[in-house]
Amino acid sequence: MKGVCRLGFFLGIFAYLYLPIVILVANSFNANRYGLQWDGFTLQWFLAMAGNASLMEAARHSLFVAVCAATAATLIGALAAIGFSRYRFPGRRLFQGTLMTLMMAPDIILAISLLVLFVVVGISLGFWSLLLAHITFCLPFTVVTVSARLQDFDPFLLDAARDLGASELQILGRIVLPLLRPALLASWLLCFTLSLDDVIVSSFVTGPSYDVLPLKIFSMVKVGVKPEVNALATIMVGLSLVLVLLSQLLLKEREGYGPLR
Amino acid sequence: MATSVLSLCGLSKSFAGHRVVDDFSLEIGQAEFVTLLGPSGCGKTTLLRLIAGFEHPDSGRILLDGVDLLPLPPEKRQVNTVFQSYALFPHLRVFDNVAFGLRLRRMRGEELRRQVAEALALVQMSPFADRFPGQLSGGQQQRVAVARAIINRPRVLLLDEPLSALDARLRREMQVELKRLQRELGIAFVLVTHDQEEALSMSDRLVVMAEGRIAQLGTPREVYEEPNSLAVARFIGEINLFPGRVAERLADGRLLLALGDQEMTVAGKSGLAPGQAVQLLLRPEDLRLVERHEEGMPVFHGAIVERSYRGSTLDTIILLDEGRQLRACEFFDEDDPDFDYRVGERVRVSWVRGWEVVLADEE
Repeated sequence: MKGVCRLGFFLGIFAYLYLPIVILVANSFNANRYGLQWDGFTLQWFLAMAGNASLMEAARHSLFVAVCAATAATLIGALAAIGFSRYRFPGRRLFQGTLMTLMMAPDIILAISLLVLFVVVGISLGFWSLLLAHITFCLPFTVVTVSARLQDFDPFLLDAARDLGASELQILGRIVLPLLRPALLASWLLCFTLSLDDVIVSSFVTGPSYDVLPLKIFSMVKVGVKPEVNALATIMVGLSLVLVLLSQLLLKEREGYGPLR
Repeated sequence: MATSVLSLCGLSKSFAGHRVVDDFSLEIGQAEFVTLLGPSGCGKTTLLRLIAGFEHPDSGRILLDGVDLLPLPPEKRQVNTVFQSYALFPHLRVFDNVAFGLRLRRMRGEELRRQVAEALALVQMSPFADRFPGQLSGGQQQRVAVARAIINRPRVLLLDEPLSALDARLRREMQVELKRLQRELGIAFVLVTHDQEEALSMSDRLVVMAEGRIAQLGTPREVYEEPNSLAVARFIGEINLFPGRVAERLADGRLLLALGDQEMTVAGKSGLAPGQAVQLLLRPEDLRLVERHEEGMPVFHGAIVERSYRGSTLDTIILLDEGRQLRACEFFDEDDPDFDYRVGERVRVSWVRGWEVVLADEE
């Protein structure tokens, strides 16, 4: 009896979390255009999606911006986190504080500020403005992720490396970066997702020349959910699943040596 | 001490206005085992970090083989450290941890493998070369840390409380190991510890530190048997104190002491003048619970309040009639192995003439 209850509870939670996604995925294979009933299996929506040039272009733009933003933010964020933990310099606390503010601030505020900035500085709205904006809102997350890992370090590790004859650069390359690898990977994936599904900031700072996926979908569903959108969403769910599994695998391999201390 | 390999001259270091190391000077000889002993916060770890180069002194000089070390960063100094936390690189296998220093010096291939294998054999860790530090016990990590530190063939090996994280049995085992290692390598070891037993058993010379200065410097035997101050005596081993006063200086230079209403003569000692308050220091193993005491020796009356059997010794706590407690520690008499005291039994306490240490009562 207890077992049945437990199973029911378990299934209930899973249903709550994943039923919407299951319906979406099912509908992407549903021959019925409106998804109100099952009319048989079809791949026509995937074909329609592939044939929708503007949708595909938006997807390409989104992926490209996400990869660029995640890479740049992870690089800058990791260096910032190392700087914060390793060196004492004037304004260090101020920088750290403002980064946190950036994370807490509502997206809409960030979006408007960035828009105003781009207009004032004279950056035309398009790829570059979008990329800069995405790097900006990703940065605090990378700093936090990498800092958390750095705080787990035995501070004497770095002393030990110096003691054995390593220069600053060798310590970075042989000790700090290898130990940070899991955090760097996690932070890259986080930024990738943040960038890929951002609507608010993107809607302010991109121009008509550079449409991205969330905005495109948003405009498409204003007149009802199109089945091509379902198909696209299914592909993205599959993609993120692969990414998550991949990262788990990589982390597991790297964590084989146990705790840091 | 033949030639000194490391000279510390007038080192001082302050943190936030607080003097942690204060005008500290010490010569450390080739292949000498020197221990810095003191309570936490006495500056011993800071001293080690000054030698290693992680801190820079406010004043003073550090010479290694006569060459000034201060302009050199830690990575250029021919000294290596074994850290208290071991600080093994968690992402590298034991082999790569030990090889770290050699690889930085661009050693590769067969020579690298040979030297790492040699270092691992020296600390008896050869079978564990392929493990990660996280897969080793504390004692094993300790051995790897030592192997990693000696592979660069330092002139001086610095050990910062290396055994404090190990349990008692393992600690004694590693003490013997480290002594053996030091003999085999023939280099100077500077050990920092707050464990007096460790300091006594391992060192050639012992530096007792207090508030950033040398409180006493000497062989373990000298420091234990002839502490030069109450503070040093209190820090090393258990002590019993008998308060007294210098009554007069006798014609032959000896001193007549008044201990309450008893008197005794002791060997003369500089710095003690008639009228001065003194403390007579006696280790628990120096006290004798006697039937009849030696002529001219004081005797104290009291009762046993606690006795504990310790295998090879019998420890007792005695409450003197005048109100103070003493600790005595007697070895078993082979002729009378069943000998024991009853709690409450009346005893007379004295000691063998000359075993007392007379110290000025600075407190």
